[in-house]
Amino acid sequence: MQFGIFSVSDVTADPTNNTTPTEHQRIKDIVTIAQKVEEVGLDVFALGEHHNPPFFSSSPTTTLGYIAAKTDKLLLSTSTTLITTNDPVKIAEDYAMLQHLADGRVDLMMGRGNTGPVYPWFGKDIREGIPLAIENYALLHRLWREEYVNWEGKFRTPLQGFQATPRPLDGVPPFVWHGSIRSPEIAEQAAYYGDGFFANNIFWPKEHYMQLIGYYRSRFEHYGHGTAQQAIVGLGGQAFMAKNSQDAVNQFRPYFDNAPVYGHGPSLEDFTEQTPLTVGSPQQVIDRYASMREYFGDYQRQLFLMDHAGLPVKTVLEQLDFLGEDVVPVLRRELAENRPASVPDGPTHASLVAARDAAEADAARETLTVQDAAGESGSDGTADSAAESDSDGSADSAPDSTADSTDAELASERS
Amino acid sequence: MSAESSTPNAENATPARLTRKLVVVSAGLSQPSSTRLLADRLTTATVDRLTERGVDVSVEVVELRELAHDITNNLITGFAAPKLQKALDALTSADGLIAVTPIFTTSFSGLFKSFIDVIEPTALTDLPVVIAATGGTERHSLALDYAVRPLFTYLHAVVAPTAVYAASSDWGSSADAGSSALPDRIERAAAELTALTIASDRSSRVIDPFALPAGFSPVGGYGAQ
Repeated sequence: MQFGIFSVSDVTADPTNNTTPTEHQRIKDIVTIAQKVEEVGLDVFALGEHHNPPFFSSSPTTTLGYIAAKTDKLLLSTSTTLITTNDPVKIAEDYAMLQHLADGRVDLMMGRGNTGPVYPWFGKDIREGIPLAIENYALLHRLWREEYVNWEGKFRTPLQGFQATPRPLDGVPPFVWHGSIRSPEIAEQAAYYGDGFFANNIFWPKEHYMQLIGYYRSRFEHYGHGTAQQAIVGLGGQAFMAKNSQDAVNQFRPYFDNAPVYGHGPSLEDFTEQTPLTVGSPQQVIDRYASMREYFGDYQRQLFLMDHAGLPVKTVLEQLDFLGEDVVPVLRRELAENRPASVPDGPTHASLVAARDAAEADAARETLTVQDAAGESGSDGTADSAAESDSDGSADSAPDSTADSTDAELASERS
Repeated sequence: MSAESSTPNAENATPARLTRKLVVVSAGLSQPSSTRLLADRLTTATVDRLTERGVDVSVEVVELRELAHDITNNLITGFAAPKLQKALDALTSADGLIAVTPIFTTSFSGLFKSFIDVIEPTALTDLPVVIAATGGTERHSLALDYAVRPLFTYLHAVVAPTAVYAASSDWGSSADAGSSALPDRIERAAAELTALTIASDRSSRVIDPFALPAGFSPVGGYGAQ
């Protein structure tokens, strides 16, 4: 089970004193926060991508590359990478580059983005969001897996004999999650590739996400990547803690009431009841998040939104201490209990390399077996070549391939 | 074998009675409100006619005043609180709708429109609707036809030809040379809605929230690959 933080990179005034950090300060703070995420023993730091203020994170691989150099174990991810408006060729190159520099500590979450003007700013049409996400990812998936790609699609210039560079580390592309708030097409896409599916889970009632994740799990099984139980699921979450639960409520309320996304709307009390936001003692957060698997099944990744809505960096770092010291160690224990052995852990570069090697070894054994059988029966070799072509290690034919997938509308990206 | 011996579950028992689901949306703000009063008169007239035709009709009344905060919150957060979600679900599977709004400043009320704005764009497709409105003066009666009717037409609802407007004075006046009395207009609208509602199969439709668009492919459908 992987735990981490996802940031939407908003630069927001602190409503308690009306001060706003400069972009420079906020950008330096995000590095501090990411380092702290590793220091307190969490696994993942994911950063959003935006092309409009008040967000700073237009260039996630620059930031993540810098964080990679400042950390040792932290898995770096995105929340989300805009698969609609970015050129998939550039995504393939940027993230393969990052993957090398970070020694494989990289995965991505694909999202469509819901800021209308960003689409035309990048020459796209928001009404084609889903077709863009589907086609662009299909190309990205091939660029990381095939040396020379010939491509013709609806949305970008054709490619003839194009080789994306650098090639993915160890020949294994970064794992991909697809995020979606409500589109079954994206759940279907994630299931088709055997990729992960991330449910933001922050804004909507859990019943909605239970349906969406249930759908993804059943389609994951349908496409032959494993059982529904083995599908790769990530959830978003949100918490604010103090030793004493009433202190947490009092401290967080002004930030909640003025938050860019849900401020001036529902009461804190209604919102905590209707969504996973938990404001209280560490024990309350443990109880809430230990129960998630009852609704969504055993899952692989839990990310928390922590630095947003103008919370000062000092407060964010304190919250990370609560998470790392009081909450996550207990959650790791509780979520490991009664977790079926067949449910995989969250994918890492090492696990993907191991899975690839195992699949190749299986394929090689299978080929030998078929060759033996063919030899015994005096076959003219037709069976051999058929078996080889079935088992030459193509990722699509490997049932345990975790491939990659991406796309999620994230925290700030409601549809 | 006698007919009396058949069990209640037998296939050849009396044909199952039609059941239809009627939803009433009232956007009145005061308590009591003349908007709700008009909604109730339309509801009673419609239920009576459906019952006469042998239809078992269930009625769910949605008072927007009670949902005003949830509606605003939905506009802000993008999701419906449970009570509002229940109202939205009722509309999605209704066979008939009676929609009544006060006319404010030449059009439907802001609360009424905000509610319409949080409904899924496809949720009212094929839904038979009687539109009705209240106002202080009969001079605004055309607001039903230039504002409310196009709204439901856009949403692919089936709007009954008769729209019922009740000005304050209508509650105490009889027919004149130009128009029939309010109760007669209510009866005509109810008759139209009754026929449309009986023909509706919306409440028996199975809705698949994960239906993929026709021809959808997870790898794209543009000659790529």
